Amino acid sequence: MPIITVREALRQALHEAMQDERVFIIGEDIGHYGSTYGVTAGFLEKYGPERIRDAPIAESGIVGIAIGAAMVGMRPIAEIMSVNFSLLAFDMLFNHAAKIYAMFGGQMTVPMVLRTTNGWTQLSATHSQSFDVYFAHMPGLKVVAPATPYDMKGMLKAAIEDPDPVVFIEHTLMYTVKGEVPEESYTVPLGKARLAREGRDITVVTYSRMVHLSQQAADILARDGIEVEIVDLRTLRPLDMSVALESFKKTNRAVVVTEDWQSFGTSAEIAARLYEHGFDYLDAPIARVNFREVPMPYSRNLELQTVVTVDRIVQAIRKTLS
Amino acid sequence: MAHNNDHAHHSAGSSPALLNDSRLDAATLIDYYRQMVLIRRFEEKCQEMYTKAKIGGFLHLYIGEEATAVGAIAALRPQDHIFTHYRDHGHAIARGLDINALMAELFGKVTGCSKGLGGSMHFADASKNFWGGYAIVGSHLPLAVGAALGMKMQRKDSVVMVFFGDGATNGGEFYESLNFAQLWKLPVIFVCENNLYAMGTPLEVHSSVTEIYRKACAFGMTSERVDGNDVLVMREAALRAVEHARSGKGPVLLEAMTYRFRGHSAQDTQKYRTKEDIERHRRNDPITRFRALLLNEGIATEQQLRDIDRMIDDQVEAAVRFADESPEPGHEWITQAGVYAAPIAVDPPIHGE
Repeated sequence: MPIITVREALRQALHEAMQDERVFIIGEDIGHYGSTYGVTAGFLEKYGPERIRDAPIAESGIVGIAIGAAMVGMRPIAEIMSVNFSLLAFDMLFNHAAKIYAMFGGQMTVPMVLRTTNGWTQLSATHSQSFDVYFAHMPGLKVVAPATPYDMKGMLKAAIEDPDPVVFIEHTLMYTVKGEVPEESYTVPLGKARLAREGRDITVVTYSRMVHLSQQAADILARDGIEVEIVDLRTLRPLDMSVALESFKKTNRAVVVTEDWQSFGTSAEIAARLYEHGFDYLDAPIARVNFREVPMPYSRNLELQTVVTVDRIVQAIRKTLS
Repeated sequence: MAHNNDHAHHSAGSSPALLNDSRLDAATLIDYYRQMVLIRRFEEKCQEMYTKAKIGGFLHLYIGEEATAVGAIAALRPQDHIFTHYRDHGHAIARGLDINALMAELFGKVTGCSKGLGGSMHFADASKNFWGGYAIVGSHLPLAVGAALGMKMQRKDSVVMVFFGDGATNGGEFYESLNFAQLWKLPVIFVCENNLYAMGTPLEVHSSVTEIYRKACAFGMTSERVDGNDVLVMREAALRAVEHARSGKGPVLLEAMTYRFRGHSAQDTQKYRTKEDIERHRRNDPITRFRALLLNEGIATEQQLRDIDRMIDDQVEAAVRFADESPEPGHEWITQAGVYAAPIAVDPPIHGE
């Protein structure tokens, strides 16, 4: 099976999706500029400006237009270059995309995808955030954040084919991550977690880029004979806890690793569900590894102390096992 | 169509000349009267039902603005699209939505146009391309632009008409939408219902430019200010705008000068205007004016119009009975099946579903 990057996997999914005449892509610098992270590079030349729509820097308009077009039969993919800019489109996403199906009694759908990306690398406070929890909090949205090239391709295809609005969260530090991806077309269903690594001693529940850091932590701990089981949630809404709970009932210990602030964050919800449904199996308090709760500092030294590192995951696992 | 059409706001009634130019037959003209009176009586009944606590939440009445909706929507074809704001009863009625379903919606019944899930601010009927009332001021304009983009990409000659108030023209979405629509030459007719107040804040207090149609100039967009209390003037302007948009020339901004006789909502104590203000504007009542025109020009008789009024009274009473007798929506509407077109079951299920 070919080994390709996350970027290439996303490109394959988008090329496949573009075979459907209803699909178009709208976003900032997706065409003439050549795409900020290279995902849609060359698309303008191949599909033309009507379907690869370079938009003004107007996030609310971009997402609102995608919603309106979706309502009348198109299959828009709106790209918000960085999740930090999505705040400007939250009204569109929360008050329209998420509500239109329910609020009008199920008579219209919003089959759109919002692609956006988390990430940080000395971009400082306003360009290094994660809003996963805001998206995932909102009934009416589906929210996915895959970790592997295989899932990126299959879940983006599934998201585009889905009749409901889907927020598809990527990560700037993952575009070069490699993995096996079949050339042929396939989908990976939304709302299904997966076991990313088997182990008997402790469960790490995580998603997106943190799956890869957790794997590195598990490799380190394996040298000491500690077996870590890793659950990749893949979808945040709806949240499939079945795989995590099954693992937790076996290991009786869990660490939740998420790349966002801890207070009221995604890890709080995940831990709460483990407690609610796995209380009888609990041998130790559930640990959480997250961003330090500060606006992201610019200084490299401070930034690396703020984000989640392999070392912090290793420490949390050791402490939970002790 | 000129940008600087400063004198387009006619305070006089429809001229007989316009009546002749429009070449409308008597039946059509009388139907505009019927639609306007239906909106008025429906709204008056809503107020009554609100007082009786049959209707909950917010209630924003369209009384006084009837000619704008009826005139503008008369310029559309069934395959054209409408998006509107939270004061949406008038547009829904002018688009021909069943008033039984509208009253049932207000009563929170499953026979409502939005199954009782939306209420007063969220009337919709996708089968009539009436894509709904939206209650975050100005936020539905990008949706209308998106629908217009959809029409253009599907090579359809449908246009999109979007209604909003003067208060919506100060927010970012208004400017983003005008720019997108003009940039991409999309078939959108932006209809600003300038009723002189953003909720309770007077026009000159909330907008640096009080002639809203001039805001289109920044985008090189065609715009016009018209008398929104004259159903024929409104229709003529909308026809010009629709023709412009349908022929691929791009969007148009229409500023319809109008006035609401009731408060912003049913709870409004109206401290921002005097009784005299309202009485002065009542002389410009769109229904009184059009009624007088029909009678003066011999298009309808007093008896004919009285028969229509009586028929409408009966129709509105029947809508109340229908709403009253209708069942409420069931529990399934507050499960994931009511929230998603394709709900995904997870284990453990959300809220034990």
